[in-house]
Amino acid sequence: MELLKAENLRYGYDGKTILKDVSFSVNEGDFICIVGENGSGKTTLVKGILGILQSYEGKIQYSKELTKSHIGYLSQQALHRKDFPASVSEVVLSGTLGHSFFGFGYSKAQRNIADKVMEKVGITHLRKKNFSELSGGQQQRVLLARALCATKKLVLLDEPTSALDPLITAEFYTLLKKLNKEGVAVLMVSHDVSAAVKIASHIIHLDSDSVFFGTTHEYIHSDKGRKLLVSGCPCDACSHNPQREVRENA
Amino acid sequence: MLKMLSYPFMVNALIVGLLIAICCALLGVVLVLKRYSMIGDGLSHVGFGALSVAAVLNIGAPIWFALPVVMIAAFFLLRLTENSKINADAAIAVISSSALAIGVFVTSMNGTNINLQQYMFGSILSVGQSDIIVSIVLTALVIGMYVLFFNKIFAITFDETFSEATGIRTDIYNIAISLLTAVTIVVGMRMLGTLLISAMIIFPALTSMRVCKRFLTVIITSVVISVICVFSGLYTSFTFKDVPVGATIVIFNLGFFLVFLMISLVKRLLCSKRKAKSEY
Ligand SMILES: Nc1ncnc2c1ncn2[C@@H]1O[C@H](COP(=O)(O)OP(=O)(O)OP(=O)(O)O)[C@@H](O)[C@H]1O
Ligand SMILES: [Mg+2]
Repeated sequence: MELLKAENLRYGYDGKTILKDVSFSVNEGDFICIVGENGSGKTTLVKGILGILQSYEGKIQYSKELTKSHIGYLSQQALHRKDFPASVSEVVLSGTLGHSFFGFGYSKAQRNIADKVMEKVGITHLRKKNFSELSGGQQQRVLLARALCATKKLVLLDEPTSALDPLITAEFYTLLKKLNKEGVAVLMVSHDVSAAVKIASHIIHLDSDSVFFGTTHEYIHSDKGRKLLVSGCPCDACSHNPQREVRENA
Repeated sequence: MLKMLSYPFMVNALIVGLLIAICCALLGVVLVLKRYSMIGDGLSHVGFGALSVAAVLNIGAPIWFALPVVMIAAFFLLRLTENSKINADAAIAVISSSALAIGVFVTSMNGTNINLQQYMFGSILSVGQSDIIVSIVLTALVIGMYVLFFNKIFAITFDETFSEATGIRTDIYNIAISLLTAVTIVVGMRMLGTLLISAMIIFPALTSMRVCKRFLTVIITSVVISVICVFSGLYTSFTFKDVPVGATIVIFNLGFFLVFLMISLVKRLLCSKRKAKSEY
């Protein structure tokens, strides 16, 4: 089922166009990676999908279950706020706010959502801890939990692993994959193209002159994909597998 | 103690002082955590300029002139801080020193510098009927906002972009907080002085953050500290006649800060010792 559909989006700042002709759609169960070099407009597109930035042209249609406020979001800038007084559960609970108007405390339902999500992400034991005293990897998990509190359908992650070491990154991807299997669509910005093609079902590649959107398989075979990927398509049936070509030539 | 309450001006000062203490502490936590403390400082100088001009123009209750001026200033200072292209620190410094200069200039043109002294360091005697009304309304608004929208205030203070993405109108909250800060400063500065009102906003938050690690406890502790400091300050300056209130309150705040700093250092020391032990 389609969650959102974007057609011919154009974004920019102060009248200057940064991105144009962006069209893609997100379906339930998708795992989409947005790749592109620094400054290509990945964060800009994410802001557009969230509705923080208005498009110059084109529009995004959200499905009925997915209003704008029901997208979970994990931003690129690490919140390196030393000594911000907030416990992990306070942070996670703040993800449930999109649905409520008033409130000093949180409702039972909101607490239940937060508890479930914390368990899923594996941070239940940290709930009483001070957020700013956690390690980078733990903080990313907490922020992912907060994002999941805001949504059941779609999370938007802007380079969630840029501050993590390779081991924690791999763990984080495994966690994302698991969540994705459980029915959360994932839209993730990533610099690491070779990791992206391993994990994603679809790729959006942003470039100043053109934008690619398609399945990972199509991407690996496209000109853009071939330029960036050292190893070719991993699928055996595929004739573009350079290793196979080598084998055949020999 | 009872003697203090037998003077009507002391009762007035106590009412306004304690109410302002609550507002300062509540707003201060958010301002400090959002790194908006400069706004508080800037506004107190704009307030000084506005009150001086009001005094020269012979406006009956200068507060009614200063309030709108400072509120407009608050709105613009907020915009400045939000706009990443302008160096907000420098812009606020320019605005506050200009306002200060205008105030000093206008007051000395008038021939006397009695107001200058009063506005800089504050005076209990300046508390009037209108201050009481304004501070009661203000405190009701501030407490009401914090109780009704506590969760959202936390969310916005912690991460504005995320809050915006989940559909919270962060701009409205920011404007509300800076306008309420403007009113708090105008009412508070006549009693506590331009130079010291921003300390009232920053100190309680900083102090409670030494020890408390949750948003809710930081807010509650700040209010308690702030109220105790204002009460002790007023009592001290009543007992020793020549001591100005504002300075006394800030000294009490400083005392609290040092004590809390010590507590946090001792705590950390104990923690690291325990960790070292458990590693064996
Ligand atoms: N608030 C802004 N105002 C003006 N220009 C901006 C703003 N934010 C980004 N830009 C410009 O838009 C372009 C795209 O920025 P964006 O942050 O979307 O890149 P990105 O692909 O996320 O890069 P990175 O990989 O470094 O995160 C850049 O050239 C940047 O200079
Ligand atoms: Mg980016």
